Amino acid sequence: MDIELGQARQTFMTESAELLEEMENVLLSLEKNPGDADTINSLFRSAHTIKGASGILGMETVEKFTHLVENLLSNVRDGAFTLTSATIELLLECRDHTKTLIELAASDAAVPALTEIKEAGLTERLSALLVKKEEVPEKRAVKGPVTDTPESGRLSSTDAWHISLRFGPDVLRSGMDPASFISYLGKLGEIISISTLFDSIPGVEDMDPETCYLGFEIDFKSDFDKKAIEGVFEFVREDCMIAILPPHSRVESYVDLIRDLPEDTVLLGEILVKGGALTKTELDEALSLQKSSEAASDGSKRLIGEIFVTEGMVQSDIVDAALEKQKKTQETRSKEARTIRVDADKLDGLINLVGELVIASANIDQQAQRVKDAWLLESASSMLRLVEEIRDTSMKIRMVPIGETFSRFNRVVRDISRDTGKEIALEIKGGETELDKTVVEKISDPLMHIVRNAADHGIEKAEARASAGKPVIGTIRLNAFHDAGSITIEITDDGRGLNKKRILEKAIGQGLLAPGQQYSDSEIFRVIFEPGFSTAESVTKLSGRGVGMDVVKRNIEALRGSVDVESVEGSGTVVRIRLPLTLAIIDGFRVGVAGSSYVIPLDMVVECVELPESEREGNRSSYINLRGEVLPYVRLKRYFGLEGKDARYENIIIVRYGSAKIGLVVDELFGEVQTVIKSLSKAYKEIKGISGATIMGNGEVALILDIPRLIEAVERAAA
Amino acid sequence: MEIKHENKDGLCTALVTGEMNIYHALDLKKGVVEALARHEPLQIDLSGATELDTTGLQLLLLAKREAEASGRAFSIVNASEAARAVIDLFSVGEYLNCSADHNR
Repeated sequence: MDIELGQARQTFMTESAELLEEMENVLLSLEKNPGDADTINSLFRSAHTIKGASGILGMETVEKFTHLVENLLSNVRDGAFTLTSATIELLLECRDHTKTLIELAASDAAVPALTEIKEAGLTERLSALLVKKEEVPEKRAVKGPVTDTPESGRLSSTDAWHISLRFGPDVLRSGMDPASFISYLGKLGEIISISTLFDSIPGVEDMDPETCYLGFEIDFKSDFDKKAIEGVFEFVREDCMIAILPPHSRVESYVDLIRDLPEDTVLLGEILVKGGALTKTELDEALSLQKSSEAASDGSKRLIGEIFVTEGMVQSDIVDAALEKQKKTQETRSKEARTIRVDADKLDGLINLVGELVIASANIDQQAQRVKDAWLLESASSMLRLVEEIRDTSMKIRMVPIGETFSRFNRVVRDISRDTGKEIALEIKGGETELDKTVVEKISDPLMHIVRNAADHGIEKAEARASAGKPVIGTIRLNAFHDAGSITIEITDDGRGLNKKRILEKAIGQGLLAPGQQYSDSEIFRVIFEPGFSTAESVTKLSGRGVGMDVVKRNIEALRGSVDVESVEGSGTVVRIRLPLTLAIIDGFRVGVAGSSYVIPLDMVVECVELPESEREGNRSSYINLRGEVLPYVRLKRYFGLEGKDARYENIIIVRYGSAKIGLVVDELFGEVQTVIKSLSKAYKEIKGISGATIMGNGEVALILDIPRLIEAVERAAA
Repeated sequence: MEIKHENKDGLCTALVTGEMNIYHALDLKKGVVEALARHEPLQIDLSGATELDTTGLQLLLLAKREAEASGRAFSIVNASEAARAVIDLFSVGEYLNCSADHNR
């Protein structure tokens, strides 16, 4: 049961995180476009759902706080007052606080004093706003009897709501307790009477103690509207039968309700009378009326909704709300139908299996080549193709668009621009670009750091910008796009740029660069990623709180990516991050060096040419003239310190990463292979130029070349 | 959670201590079945019930219904505050013969 309860909580955690994110986005858009009724509504809904759900899960701290937020929002929604930027600011803070509270509640941690102080402050500010606009009743005027409708029957004389509940059998098992719903309902108003129905509990033998058999008939006085009351049961709506009749409903609708319920008519009638929803006469009258009308209309039952509308029973706003809700549910339903939540572990398991399948099918293909049976060859190749498709499809399952991560930075930039008094706009491009979920998760922090740096230190104050002849509003651009099997993320700002001279001085002072030598821009800027490089006093102040740039670089490299910086002093900086699309399987190009196999990621291979005879003397590694382009090259045999006779012909493979190209000299070319990347143990971590290993079809191990690192090493050696 | 059965003066008392919730649903049901197997009037002592949820309440309702069907008297005594709150919430105190005077 523990697990089930945990699941309900887990669902709440995921959903509340989504809701909070939505709230943040909505608040930010409200800031630009205040008074948009739709967005205010969605804000209210989010707060309301979080409140309701946390109450049901017993997260009292969250419930209490979000209740205040909801109150404020409901006033805003009703037009009691308009949102000012100060209120939005307050709501943003409240949103953050809610997040903290939920996290605390989820880990069952006590609320630290600091958070309590924060809460007290926020509560005070919220209450101040609420008091100002106190007594904006949310009560809905209840329609009096409709006398001019000839059809109209008697209206119940009660001023209480009537709620019929039949909980689904699995409610308890999914970690929810009807008792919590009802006691929560009690907080919205006064429960006048409640009848617990347990007739459906079977005999002792058949009764499953974990199944819920209970139903309730509740009479309830409240000033809240139907939506709010329905909201209480939001979490069990799908499994339960819930009917809510507003006060002064038509007597017939009670009768319809009775007929729709599974229990005995007489019993239910008595309950309604007992609870005060109907008087005895009303009930008798209605029952007989119903019978006669039934006979007249051939027993065809009218839908409750139809009755509601045609007989003017329901207030029009309730119908509107219901329609809107229905539309929304349909939308989410259809969305739900298109997406399912899957445990990431299951997906990883699948990917692993696919990896094994790739290896196995490569093996079969090799055997088929050996046997040279035409039929077998054909089957093997069609299987290979299918396996390739399975591989691509299952890799795609893990792909998510990066846009969501990007839009999170809206808030960061907004907060910084407020704190520093700068005007900064964030432009997002390529949010639909997809990459592996793990990569997205791990890149979020480094990106955050870079964006924060750009906003905090890159963009100048408005006066400085004006005097430099730049637009007053600074711009940070986030851009993502696919490029040669990897994804590139660019963070561009039009700020002051890096001060090359200062960085060079500092770097020489700290011994990171040698004095008196000529360095390229990229070499100098690379220094800012060095762990020891203190930038605290440098003019650019490219330092932030939390992780430093060295950690950014390390995180990116852990994802087999790379990062570089371009900057022009006075006009801005571009940080460019390159990441592999996936972490698990790649198309590779297999080559032989001194009898062993190596794999180069195919996306990085540009072309293969035979090494000219003139270059073969003396094992030298230097430059090759490729159709007029001068490229440095390296002999892998020498680079890895391998022994072995030189092959009769040597080939040079031109590889490219980013804008850099080099040549790698190898003995043999084998061709394309599907490569399942297996990481190497820690002992091999220090070997430069190897990023992993793979098992080939014949069971041999081939090492995967780390092209970015090799390029770096070769360029360094050449310089 | 623990259920102790005691037979004294022609009265079968089941003393429940601990949490009467879904975590112990199966044990609770076993206890109810055992209690129902006897013939004496049944009395359930909830003084030690630290928690009562819908699962527990459902079983109490079942016990009462079955006891009544076999013509035995049924009552709940000494309901703890937690148990009493749930019984009142569902307003089944009268049905379960859970008298207020025995309370505390």
